[in-house]
Amino acid sequence: MLPTPDTSHVPYTRVYEPAEDSFLLLDTLSAPSETAFLSSRFGGASSSRTAPLIVEVGPGSGVVIAFLTAHAQTILGTRHVLACGVDVNRFACAATVGTATKAIKEAGGSAGAGWFLDAVQGDLVTPLRAGVVDVLVFNPPYVPTDELPRVPVPVESEPAMTTFEEESQLLALSYAGGRDGMETTDRLLAALPTALSARGCAYVLLCAQNRPDEVKERMRAMGGGWKAETVGTSGKHAGWEKLQIIRIWRAIRDA
Amino acid sequence: MKVLTLNFLTCAVKTCKSSTDSFPLHPKDAELAHDDIEINPELLANVLPRIDWTALRTTSTELGFPELPAQPPSVEELEADEALLKELHSLLLETQMMEGKLVCGCCGHEYAVREGIANFLLPSHLV
Repeated sequence: MLPTPDTSHVPYTRVYEPAEDSFLLLDTLSAPSETAFLSSRFGGASSSRTAPLIVEVGPGSGVVIAFLTAHAQTILGTRHVLACGVDVNRFACAATVGTATKAIKEAGGSAGAGWFLDAVQGDLVTPLRAGVVDVLVFNPPYVPTDELPRVPVPVESEPAMTTFEEESQLLALSYAGGRDGMETTDRLLAALPTALSARGCAYVLLCAQNRPDEVKERMRAMGGGWKAETVGTSGKHAGWEKLQIIRIWRAIRDA
Repeated sequence: MKVLTLNFLTCAVKTCKSSTDSFPLHPKDAELAHDDIEINPELLANVLPRIDWTALRTTSTELGFPELPAQPPSVEELEADEALLKELHSLLLETQMMEGKLVCGCCGHEYAVREGIANFLLPSHLV
């Protein structure tokens, strides 16, 4: 089993602490089915010599993107990968840089780790150029809630001392998903066809209340050859999975 | 923020996405830092095909670096040219923009960069 990145430096009063959902992503992305899929698309055996760009949206502590980057050779079949994170929470951006840097160092630079570029503060994929993302990972705010927390606005001056309310707001952004827990995820899914490259794929975590079967059907019905399948599950409750990860992708067209 | 990252970023304003002026963003009042990172020629050869060279030339010039050739080298040319490898490695991966602003050439919005982290959140009137 691949080691889990150290996140002991992350301030959990302001940044989502790795939990069952994060660990399901680690287990799924390093499972034989997914390493085989990713290696066939981006690894040594694939015809392309173009470094894939991996982007995690909402990395929080950075545990997932750090894991992917540090174990790039094992998971993607190449260590020549570039990785980025985009998070609305500035503290999460700083935490992600720290987690990735530590994990890559621990993996021993030359042993198969990729390159972590940056964590950028932003809303979903809005800061990214169209068509640049090869692997997108999203552990969304998926809990159904009455209200959706507002995305913070940029503060020109140095922010004042973080209050309890501000910290609660930052944490709420990491889990509160509004109606069906899908308001933020729906915006991300709608942006996927533009954000992903021709060989791009996405891993999105959903909970049972998000109605994952309907989500997959909707992605397949978009046209353009999109496929969507469940590739990881955890926590069976009353016979149905509490959490699952769906992979969204297209067949790579022959050049 | 690394110069290579800038090659993947654009203005977050929806109406700017279709404009060629929104990419690359233009650094302003940039404070740069330099990290010493071990050079990895194979990675650079893998990164080269996915760089928007024209945008990189613009960014490089605007940050005060020597002008890059008008045309990108081929992977073979890059691998054979140690000086160019070093120059690109230094520019793309070792150069960090720590403070300053990134300006959209289409709408003029300025994104702040603080402590190496760029902030692409928009004020409510631009969302």
